[in-house]
Amino acid sequence: MSSPILRLIAQRIALGILLLLAISVLIFAGTQILPGDVAQAILGQSATPESLANLREQLGLNEPAYLRYFHWLGGVLTGDLGTAMSSGQDIATSIKGRLWNTLFLAFWAAIVAVPLAIILGLIAVRYRNGWVDKLISGLALASTSFPEFFIGYLLVYFFAVKWQIFPAISTVYDGMPFGERMQAIALPATALTLVVLAHMMRMTRAAILNVMQSAYVETAELKGLSAFAVIRKHAFPNAIAPIINVVMLNLAYLIVGVVVVEVIFVYPGMGQYLVDHVTKRDVPVVQAVGLIFAAVYISLNIIADIAAIVANPRLRHPK
Amino acid sequence: MADGKAKSTPLLDIRNLRIEATVYPPGEAPKTITLVHDVSLTLEKGKVLGLIGESGAGKSTIGLSSMGYGRGGVRITGGEVILNGRDILKGGKEGFRKLRGREVCYVAQSAAAAFNPAHRLMDQVVEATLLHGTATRAEAEKRAVALFRKLSLPNPETIGERFPHQVSGGQLQRVMTAMALCSEPDLIVFDEPTTALDVTTQIDVLSAIKDAIRDTHVAALYITHDLAVVAQVSDEIMVLRHGRLVEWGGTRQIIKEPRQEYTNALVSVHEIEHSEQKPGATPFLSVKNVTAAYGGGQVKVLKNVSVDIYPGQTLAVVGESGSGKSTLARAITGLLPPEQGSVTFDGRPLANRLADRPKEDLRQLQMIYQMADVAMNPRQTVGTIIGRPLEFYFGMRGRERDKRVAELLDEIEMGKGFIDRYPAELSGGQKQRVCIARSLAAKPKLIICDEVTSALDPLVANGILKLLLNLQEHEKVAYLFITHDLATVKSIADSIAVMYRGEVVRYGSKSKVLTPPFDAYTDLLLSSVPEMEIGWLEKAIKGRRMASAGN
Repeated sequence: MSSPILRLIAQRIALGILLLLAISVLIFAGTQILPGDVAQAILGQSATPESLANLREQLGLNEPAYLRYFHWLGGVLTGDLGTAMSSGQDIATSIKGRLWNTLFLAFWAAIVAVPLAIILGLIAVRYRNGWVDKLISGLALASTSFPEFFIGYLLVYFFAVKWQIFPAISTVYDGMPFGERMQAIALPATALTLVVLAHMMRMTRAAILNVMQSAYVETAELKGLSAFAVIRKHAFPNAIAPIINVVMLNLAYLIVGVVVVEVIFVYPGMGQYLVDHVTKRDVPVVQAVGLIFAAVYISLNIIADIAAIVANPRLRHPK
Repeated sequence: MADGKAKSTPLLDIRNLRIEATVYPPGEAPKTITLVHDVSLTLEKGKVLGLIGESGAGKSTIGLSSMGYGRGGVRITGGEVILNGRDILKGGKEGFRKLRGREVCYVAQSAAAAFNPAHRLMDQVVEATLLHGTATRAEAEKRAVALFRKLSLPNPETIGERFPHQVSGGQLQRVMTAMALCSEPDLIVFDEPTTALDVTTQIDVLSAIKDAIRDTHVAALYITHDLAVVAQVSDEIMVLRHGRLVEWGGTRQIIKEPRQEYTNALVSVHEIEHSEQKPGATPFLSVKNVTAAYGGGQVKVLKNVSVDIYPGQTLAVVGESGSGKSTLARAITGLLPPEQGSVTFDGRPLANRLADRPKEDLRQLQMIYQMADVAMNPRQTVGTIIGRPLEFYFGMRGRERDKRVAELLDEIEMGKGFIDRYPAELSGGQKQRVCIARSLAAKPKLIICDEVTSALDPLVANGILKLLLNLQEHEKVAYLFITHDLATVKSIADSIAVMYRGEVVRYGSKSKVLTPPFDAYTDLLLSSVPEMEIGWLEKAIKGRRMASAGN
């Protein structure tokens, strides 16, 4: 009975794993193609050909690329992401805290942004083509059109410098009390919310408007349901799949796309970490972060796919 | 119609109703058009009034006005709609919401589209009742189950737990009727409730609706373009055209003694005399033992089908939806390569797959579709659309091509003036004519007509059939005419194949197929075609030998 739906879900997950493997190859190949290597980066201008060769030998850079790939992949699968070349620290350990920080920030931004976007979308549909709709759409469009660093600096200027409500630099540390932590992330979370809000809200509006043309919406209106009840009970459930899709894309963005915002607010998350190590040409770190970002992206999209499958009554309740 | 009765206040009294809409023609200033011109009607409690007319007559618009509803920017700009003694147009939005789903309910043409796919049937059926607080959920559900039973739905206790996609079209239409009856309204607006169904299913739904109306004493506005259908259920009939009243009278008077010329045209619409041609010596196209399936052999939709088509003659393929008629066309054209069997053309086998056929074979077989407007590129002019096969098959260019396009437009009885028009600027019948011209342009031996008149109003459809017959005489083209409408078959066919569940159950010359004794299915099909006669429905139901498959 439930086999078609389970099969579809298993298919999606298998595809996701395959895709992740393919991406790991790409990430590995990509970092190999980059000019220069870690040895050169470590030794800098003073490198002599002999010292370069020695260091490469030491770091295992002379092995053929495919062997190094399988070593790396084997390590990743057992939870060993290698050691950072620049600092000699274990990557998995240093990433753990960073990843936690990024997820913390993304979580609170999402908690605000997703319901707000969907509610604004519903309101925009309810008053479609009226001034409320135009105001919501206009503000949303404006907030996506501003680059995120601009929004970030604007927030810093008003809330940190002028009114001094929130700190300009979002320092967090282990064992920080929850309240202080929330205060620290207030500004970056607001910036992220503003960035992703518009996209989700506009997609919600478009998806529901699309469904509003359906005959069953007319049926609901002819039962005497209020305009908002028609949208909530009859239009929204049928627009859920595209909405989940765009929500997941934006959640993924909150995790993997936060580089700029993290740098502006000096927030110790994955983005900062990545940027730091790209400048140091620390290939293992870049690879590890890239892979984690890809995994996040793919799993959120799998969740979106599965949610869309489950939301479809034809698949949930076959004939 | 006794004098005493006329004094009692009617349930619905529409006076001088005027309905307008704003249209936005491309490249022009928006203008206001009047859809309904000062129409008045009254409806007594428990009576059924049939609203009849072609598309654009304003029947649905008038029907929906009884709920204060205007589809897509349509506005009620004048007159009064008095329901239960008060003018509902003065009640405002709140007033409309209170009466919709409580005093007046609506049954849509396509229940399949009118049910929300995301919710179970029962939740939708009782929704209006609960919203207006006329019953508790338990009471409403009990009432719904009783209605399911009255409308002879299978498993009345449990059918409400299903989702719309789990129930057939004919059943959904009955569930929708139950939904309308559930809140015990005074009036139901039936908007073409059986038009989208097969004839054999239509008769069941029609009789279920009729019984339900009789037993619940609800009044109804019954909207349809099919006079024979409306004659079965209504007490009175109102004929409308272009938003104006043509004629209003008792059912018997309208169908037996129409006073207006237009009503008369509607009543006598189907009759085209077409004498059958005897099959020639050899068919030019033979379908031999063709079996075809979808889903890699999973679902067999054609089983061992054999038919012949003779030059310049028409083979009609009849059957209900899902019988495999369109699949037969797909197998012949190569869109669905048969699993077994062969199609021979002019004595040689045709390649199974479309991609393997030479251009010449493609030219010989052309198609016309049901939906003319989606079969044409909306961004091309009529000239480009008809000219395309001329370029593609004959390499015609420039003036030579334009001359031929003009000739073809002439043949389909449309003037040269249409060359630069876009499909959106044409009426439904004109669009179908352009599609006919496009297929003729290839000078084919066979044109496959897939339900080409089903989406058209009867009078327009009649014009198209006459055109097809004329063209056959001049061009000696053969037709494979796919339809579910037996009246059309009688007007156009030389031979007939009756299909049922992928098999040809009866095949031969028109006179042979339509002469008794019939097999059970052909009998069902023939006896299900509504006749313009009061009491036909009861007689037909009584005389049935098998149940229809669509149930």
